[in-house]
Amino acid sequence: MSAAPTATAPAPAAATAVARPGSAPDARIPLRSHVRHTGALVRRNLLWIRQDPESMFDALLMPIVFTLLFVYVFGGSIGQALGGGQERYVQYVIPGMLAMMSMTLSQAVGTGFSQDFNSGVMDRFRSLPIGRGSVLFAKITVELARMLFATVVLMIVAVLVGFHIDNWTGLIATVGLSALFASSIMWVFLVLGVIMKNAQSVQAMGFLVLFPLQFGSSIFAPTQSMPGWLQAFTDYNPLSTLADAARGLMIGGPVAHDLWVTVIWSVAITAVMGPVAIHKFRTKT
Amino acid sequence: MTRIDDDPVGGASAAVTVRGLVKHYGETKALDGVDLDVREGTVMGVLGPNGAGKTTLVRILSTLITPDSGRAHVAGYDVLSQPRQLRRVIGLTGQYASVDEKLPGWENLYMIGRLLDLSRKDARTRADELLERFSLTEAARRPASTYSGGMRRRLDLAASMIGRPQVLFLDEPTTGLDPRTRNEVWDEVKAMVGEGVTVLLTTQYMEEAEQLASELTVVDRGKVVAGGRIEELKAKVGGRTLRVRPVDPLQLRPLADMLDELGITGLATTTVDDRTGTLLVPVLSDEQLTAVVGAVTARGITISAITTELPSLDEVFLSLTGHRASAPQEAVPADVPEEVAV
Repeated sequence: MSAAPTATAPAPAAATAVARPGSAPDARIPLRSHVRHTGALVRRNLLWIRQDPESMFDALLMPIVFTLLFVYVFGGSIGQALGGGQERYVQYVIPGMLAMMSMTLSQAVGTGFSQDFNSGVMDRFRSLPIGRGSVLFAKITVELARMLFATVVLMIVAVLVGFHIDNWTGLIATVGLSALFASSIMWVFLVLGVIMKNAQSVQAMGFLVLFPLQFGSSIFAPTQSMPGWLQAFTDYNPLSTLADAARGLMIGGPVAHDLWVTVIWSVAITAVMGPVAIHKFRTKT
Repeated sequence: MTRIDDDPVGGASAAVTVRGLVKHYGETKALDGVDLDVREGTVMGVLGPNGAGKTTLVRILSTLITPDSGRAHVAGYDVLSQPRQLRRVIGLTGQYASVDEKLPGWENLYMIGRLLDLSRKDARTRADELLERFSLTEAARRPASTYSGGMRRRLDLAASMIGRPQVLFLDEPTTGLDPRTRNEVWDEVKAMVGEGVTVLLTTQYMEEAEQLASELTVVDRGKVVAGGRIEELKAKVGGRTLRVRPVDPLQLRPLADMLDELGITGLATTTVDDRTGTLLVPVLSDEQLTAVVGAVTARGITISAITTELPSLDEVFLSLTGHRASAPQEAVPADVPEEVAV
């Protein structure tokens, strides 16, 4: 491990070609280098945000707008159905919002990726001796940080509209679970980002997938009044289980089943889509 | 041109060897059996029209795509079996490999330094060094998107030099630049060559090849149609053209006849361009050029203009391949690989 920096950091004065066949270039990339590469790429993505603060608008505004909309538009009537009122609905919908954000914000990872490919900077990365995963891991890391920011915003708005945080441990567990699920969804969007022609197509495709998943779930309203076939769908929709697990963790109630289904979904999606994304990335022409 | 067939890796003098490289995109033969050798420390120009397969060749050599068949080695490393080692010794600048426009110039270079496993301190020093060298120090903190075309290319070049590459691939480095900026980029490339870097350069311009390359490979529709030292190729296509305009247009024909009789010029005969009132005289060498000018003045003919012109890519193609250098429509995907992906 300690050999890596000395082998690859030539004296600045050396004017001739430095890389020597036979000595330094080894085929394996050590873990420490992976971390370094990912770090450099995370820094790049963070600088993007600094350069273009508007790219944070979705993470800032989505939790505010959606919370206000749902609480004040649907809150009264759905709350009544829940046997309470708007206050009852706030307790119901906020954990759902967490689940929704983990999915909606994940989209950005795909659109950003698609832009990279069209700008040519990806060719530069792929011609460098770095692990192919580094570029993808960096994207996911930054996107998770954005999501954490959105979560903080959401919780502030939630408290302002009357949400009670009774269980801090449950809240932290919920954020962790959302991040786990979100990272698995990001692999899906990374695949889309690699195979679709441009950012707009990624967004359109993402919308088509996300919309039915979000509304065909228990995020915004209980599923009991839905027709049987739809309930069958919502029962296995990971967004429902994530939302229900979040409710259980933050407010109380049965948790284990929803928790496990969500974890299994996350691991399964990552196990399938992660390698696909890396493969597609590696072989993209 | 096949000097080192059996042992490309052992050929210490060859920085790039390519044998029988084939890459098809559906029906389009982007590369259709290309052979190529670039000797260490030299500049190889790959000249061809759009869609000739130049970019495909560079993308294979820089491990961005894999060939359908054939072999290629860069600095002794196999593009297929040793891509990681290979990436460590190359630099790539071109139409499609660029910098991150949203990042400032310095951040771009620092990032690439880190990706090349330089320590933080070394990456910082190297970024400063290269910005200075490519006269970008003042723009270091500005996003690359605010740079002019020439600054962008200089930053591209700087980025590809961070790892002190042995072999540098320049894919049409000056396409789309104005003449003054193009000269700047040429000067930078010449300076890099002076430091011993081997360069493979693709271009559509004969002039660029002349300025930078010592050897040339002319490609067309995925095939090598000619190769060799620039002088040899120029002789093949008739070298430069001397354009002479006598003050009195009536002198055009007598002048042409006289020069043809003298037999100074080699291959082609002189032609009269009535539209511009000029005489086109093909010359192969400076000596011939001097002799022609001498003959004209000896005859006492007053001339109002005299210029030399290089053969255009079109003319080179016409004489080497017998057809014009216009790209066949199907060949476009070679330069737009996204369109055919997956």
